[in-house]
Amino acid sequence: MKPGAKFAIGALVIVGGVALMITEGIKQTGTYFMTPTQLVDTATADPHFYNLGLKVSAKVVQGSIKRDNEHQRVDFAVSDGHQSFPVVYVGSLAEIPDTFTDANDIDVVVEGKLGREGTFHATSVIAKCGSKYEAAMPKSGKKA
Amino acid sequence: MTLLGTFALWAALLLACWSAAIALLGPWQRRPSLAVAVTRGAYAVCGALLVATAALWQGIFAHDFNIEYVWAYTSRNLPTYYLVAGFWAGQKGSLLFWAVILSIFGALAQALTSSRHKHLLPYVAGVTNLVVAFFVAVMLFGHANPFERMAFTPADGRGLNPQLQNPGMVMHPPMLYLGYISITIPFAFAIAALMARRLDTGWIIAMRKWALASWLFLSIGITLGMWWAYVELGWGGVWAWDPVENAPLLAWLTLTAFLHSVMIQEKRGMLKRWNVSLMIGTFLLSIFGTFITRSGVIASVHSFTQSDIGYFFLALLFVSAVLSFTLLYTRWPMLEAEVQLESLLSRESAFLFNNLALVGIAFSVLWGTLFPILSEAVKGTKITVGPPFFDRVNVPLGLFLLLLTGIGPLIAWRKASAANLRRQFIVPLLSGAVSAAALVAVGLRDFYPLVALSLAGFVLGTVAQEFYRGIRARMSLHGEHMLLALAHLIARNRRRYGGYIVHVGIVIYFVAFTGLAFKVKHETVLLPGAVDTIRSPFGHTYTLTHLGVSQYTRLNRHVSVATLEVRLDGERLGTITSEKRQYVDSFDQPTFEPATEIGLRSTLREDLYVVYAGSPDGTEAARYTIMINPLVTWFWIGCGVLTIGGLITMWPGGPQLRTPRRRVVAQAGYAVPLAGVTE
Repeated sequence: MKPGAKFAIGALVIVGGVALMITEGIKQTGTYFMTPTQLVDTATADPHFYNLGLKVSAKVVQGSIKRDNEHQRVDFAVSDGHQSFPVVYVGSLAEIPDTFTDANDIDVVVEGKLGREGTFHATSVIAKCGSKYEAAMPKSGKKA
Repeated sequence: MTLLGTFALWAALLLACWSAAIALLGPWQRRPSLAVAVTRGAYAVCGALLVATAALWQGIFAHDFNIEYVWAYTSRNLPTYYLVAGFWAGQKGSLLFWAVILSIFGALAQALTSSRHKHLLPYVAGVTNLVVAFFVAVMLFGHANPFERMAFTPADGRGLNPQLQNPGMVMHPPMLYLGYISITIPFAFAIAALMARRLDTGWIIAMRKWALASWLFLSIGITLGMWWAYVELGWGGVWAWDPVENAPLLAWLTLTAFLHSVMIQEKRGMLKRWNVSLMIGTFLLSIFGTFITRSGVIASVHSFTQSDIGYFFLALLFVSAVLSFTLLYTRWPMLEAEVQLESLLSRESAFLFNNLALVGIAFSVLWGTLFPILSEAVKGTKITVGPPFFDRVNVPLGLFLLLLTGIGPLIAWRKASAANLRRQFIVPLLSGAVSAAALVAVGLRDFYPLVALSLAGFVLGTVAQEFYRGIRARMSLHGEHMLLALAHLIARNRRRYGGYIVHVGIVIYFVAFTGLAFKVKHETVLLPGAVDTIRSPFGHTYTLTHLGVSQYTRLNRHVSVATLEVRLDGERLGTITSEKRQYVDSFDQPTFEPATEIGLRSTLREDLYVVYAGSPDGTEAARYTIMINPLVTWFWIGCGVLTIGGLITMWPGGPQLRTPRRRVVAQAGYAVPLAGVTE
């Protein structure tokens, strides 16, 4: 067999291996990333989506955050303007980032499961800090 | 000054467009004076942008808050060095930073390139000026002019985001930018070679050091980003596979592949098409990375900037991809390989597999990063993948790459004989086997860490053997002392031995990543005087006593600081503090959400990493997250080793350049027997 052909076989093994690892990796570790509306609609149509680990991207409802230091628990509500549901996070409060406040429109990504009772049980809460950068330039300040 | 700045931008735009048009549309070949004019055009663009840069810095240092950019990113109470960093803290300033640095690189490429490659230079100036023109155009037409004024003058600026107020963050963005930006120069040489139809190894020799420089900048920039994430974000890790982190990694991976595969082209005249494609791909990935970080199209934890400017970059990405690959297609027949692969057991083939692994990693990272968008486009629902996905795919590939790092330097070019394999592999294999045995003996049983550290032993054995043989040869040949022989060995073969030192740096990164697999994490609430213990993976016990929480005020922040007394195996080491900071403006109004400042005690063995997560309402008790992170210091040491190796490789002068004639003869000598072999 020519060396070129041997190399081609080796290359195919690697390329195939990478492709396999990628597809398997996505199948086993991929998580749905939805808005509250998408999640509620999908779960209503397909109950399989209840108690399924996934991520939800939404805004924190202003003034809804209740921290319970003693029980290491945070209750709040998220919304995307149409759908809204309560979220409960039980776990280390040190894991909650500094930027997670309900002072202004905070974008949040919660990871966890939507229970059949309609409450989202979060295992992690990530607040995005985009607001203080470019995106939330006070429009009124510009060339008023 | 803002008027001058805007004027300088327009001047730069017009000059860049003019010079690019002449250089790329070609009238200069018939009129040599125009070729000179194109070169001067590169200098003139650089001059105009330097004026604009000076104007912006002047505005920042003069606290001219009427300029919107100055208001948005700096304030009166910001320390001076962060004022310097304010230049590139925001979108608009970083665009100017990008344009001015690229124009400086473009001018340097004109000034520093040897006259042997003169025929490429006007094209190089054309490509760089075209890219500069793009950035200036984005500023002027994309509502991103940093000199824009507001209708009123605020009394103070908003200040710099506290997470950016960190020495690492002063250096991290410019380093990454330097890496991204300098990629344009080797890309410009590749395009120039295609346009001039001069597709011998000339263009590779002309741009090799540029490619190395961008690789080095990217490496340092990525590592600084890791350091920043480690000390500033308070999660105790260095890498989270966030899109913003993946973006520079993509270009780094393909550039690494390129640096290896050009050696095959230089030595054997193979892989010409692949090399040009890799260079084009690397440039496109650098633009893609900029697009990701600036458009907010992919959700990222630290997506800094979200704006329409992304579409400009998408357009640039699309247009340059189409133009470059069309050009490559028209020159395809000229890029025929001179020889074929002779054996699977050869250095060529080791390098080819190295390229496959690197491109494979790059592809999987790109795929994972884009998957949310792809799945939404195809299936209508977003599916994200996180660190588990990237680890699963890239840990095996990375270890395969580490294996090749040990094999590549040992195996002969063209075809390795059984004698060559025996002579070369015995010591490194023994070194790997001894490492494995020692690790098992001390009780390491985890599969991947065991493989990683054994391979590290194998690669270090390879490098040590290479150095040992080189030194021994010099000692017996020239009668030199060992250290002198080492110095001469490196100085006379900078590329080869500098490269080995880089390999050692990479091995150290692998070892440090392996250490992170053994991190220990622990959360606790402590009243003043309360004691807690944490056991490190190396078997030591830290005893921590909470001493209390105190509060004080600095120039631009209010600080709550929690203090722990640290004892290691009973011996008192001192105290460690961690802070919660509330940044304020000069009217004492809070400017940002509270920020956390971690406490860190680093040793070569492990880091004690303490995060003060606040106090339960009104008490002096403190909530702590405490981590032991093994071997993290080795990331920074690895970066230092890699930088030294890279600098040796790039150091100007050296025997190869001083005797160009012998080089040409040697190349001819290669060509003759090889031509005979392939027939």
